[in-house]
Amino acid sequence: MIAPLKDIIPAERARSTSFNEASARTRLELLLDAGSFVEFIGPEQREVSPHLRIFDLPEQFDDGIVVGHGRLDGSPVFVAAQEGRFMGGAFGEVHGAKLTGLLRAAREIGSIPVLILFDTGGVRLQEANAGELAIAEIMRAVMEARIAGAKVIGLIGGRSGCYGGGGLIAGCCSALAVSEPGRIAVSGPEVIETNRGVEEFDSRDRALVWRTMGGKHRRLLGAADVFADDTVQDFREAALELLSLVGPFGLDGLRAEQARLADRLRSFGGCEDAVDIWTAEGIAHAERVPELSADLFIALANRIGRTSRDAR
Amino acid sequence: MTLDDVLASLFPDGHDVRNDEGVVLGSAVLRSGTGMLVVGIADRTALGIDEAIRLSGYVLESVGRDTGPILVLVDSDSQRMSKRDELLGLNEFLAHLAKVLIHADMNGRATIGLLYGHSAAGALLATGLATRVLVGLPGADPAVMDLPSMAKVTKLSMEALEEKAKSTPVFAPGLSNLARMGAVHMTWSSAVSLAGQMEALLADMPAVQDKRDALGKERGGRVKAVDIAERVRDLALQTR
Amino acid sequence: MEDLNFQHRARARAGGTRQSAIVGVVASGNLEVLVERSLPDADCALEIKTAAVGFGEVWSAVIDDFVERYSPGGLKFSINDGGARPDTVSLRLAQAVRLIEGNGQ
Repeated sequence: MIAPLKDIIPAERARSTSFNEASARTRLELLLDAGSFVEFIGPEQREVSPHLRIFDLPEQFDDGIVVGHGRLDGSPVFVAAQEGRFMGGAFGEVHGAKLTGLLRAAREIGSIPVLILFDTGGVRLQEANAGELAIAEIMRAVMEARIAGAKVIGLIGGRSGCYGGGGLIAGCCSALAVSEPGRIAVSGPEVIETNRGVEEFDSRDRALVWRTMGGKHRRLLGAADVFADDTVQDFREAALELLSLVGPFGLDGLRAEQARLADRLRSFGGCEDAVDIWTAEGIAHAERVPELSADLFIALANRIGRTSRDAR
Repeated sequence: MTLDDVLASLFPDGHDVRNDEGVVLGSAVLRSGTGMLVVGIADRTALGIDEAIRLSGYVLESVGRDTGPILVLVDSDSQRMSKRDELLGLNEFLAHLAKVLIHADMNGRATIGLLYGHSAAGALLATGLATRVLVGLPGADPAVMDLPSMAKVTKLSMEALEEKAKSTPVFAPGLSNLARMGAVHMTWSSAVSLAGQMEALLADMPAVQDKRDALGKERGGRVKAVDIAERVRDLALQTR
Repeated sequence: MEDLNFQHRARARAGGTRQSAIVGVVASGNLEVLVERSLPDADCALEIKTAAVGFGEVWSAVIDDFVERYSPGGLKFSINDGGARPDTVSLRLAQAVRLIEGNGQ
């Protein structure tokens, strides 16, 4: 049987498109079932930041985030995708409020999951107070949605990574998929170096940045459940896998997370470097982990078997 | 006010709250007889993985045993900026603390943040901003982002930033700016007993629903957030 | 920031039926173009907000060339510019027309 052409072409494009390099809109277009995406408050509504003009800075019509609904393998999903190239994907007042509203709807409905395609440096400096509070509201809304039964999945593989308050929101999600370029942290390398000196963290040492904050380390640590290769199709498959795996949220999950994190601190708290942690996890030749291809790495990560499932 | 001043004024009949290297843990009984769990971060201590796990663990242990409200005292630095903290997943530890507080609040343990000193960035998100009601005390000096760092990134002079800060509460540090955003619900007086102000708050606790965006609009600090969130929510609900 | 506005007459109406489309991103050396089918068939308008002040003549030349080449009748272009070079501007304008005419991905 020959599949209809329109079904083949998007999957082929998704397979050959780098998630990292694609725009937020392209990621959504190729992640969801073809033609299923509908945006809420699209760019034609021109709901721009009311604060950037104070700093004489250009606005973007969608304020750097695209939110809406679509279908994933036929099932309805809510989606939000940050554009990491506009102001580093940072959270401002409007940007954050769009995600908050989406999550509040997910809480009321309860059965429709939310996919968040993170790509952010954290709080937008020029509207720092509004951005910080937006992140607090989003964290609250993520938890309320999860308590109401909605799954909230984070996909992390954008060029701005997932930093600052974005890292905290990611920590509130039901599950995460991450690719190698997807970095997750609170303080960025430059911030640590500026505040604590180059001896604490050399932000120009890119290998150090990747192995401390990058996707492979986060997967091996159990901070992310699935490692995706850097294509939109891989993230689509990861999202589907996570949606099928995630269970309901409750107090047991929080207790399990407390135990999981306390155990991590006990086991690896004395490690100086990611390579020491990987070695302690039983990986031979841990120093070669950064070079491993996605396939080999996924096999390794699955063998080590550390996940945060039901413990977050 | 110092931590000791705050505790003495809140709990004149005594308490067993201890400050261990900046990590505040304990409990107290209010004059009304209500037992209160007390956690917090003091002495402008940075909130790192070691501190966060103790705080979240203490709150979790109390679940099932205690039923009273939870007080979160805040005088912190920013999140701890270090290689070790990030290596071990600081974002998970901070998020976990916030989740534990939010979960408790939604399950009958009202959470109150009391910001009496400094705080910033990730530390504020995981503590005061993860409570139902955040109260400020006069003299508190939160700073999401400090002006010298902002000046560096925006390439604007301190004078230019200070001038802009007069026309908007949206970026500059300070308790009043966060109050106008809707982040700080109320500011108490340090001239009268904190115990009385706490009793009054507990007697008239706002509903569990997050209304900070509406508050921010009412106070003129965030004019767009509540409307944008409402519109997206309404559009999303129509897809059912 | 500088605001620039241009009104043109176009030879013919732009093809297709899509009502709006957006391309690009606001970043250093880049721009976004929002195109809407909202004008009479022979009209074309461009509203530009640019971070690079003092390049009105360059914009004017780029847009004259664009209108001549694509005849974007009936279309209104709203542009947020982060200081893109003229060739990037031309590329984005062309992409925007292709998209609203239904020929782009």
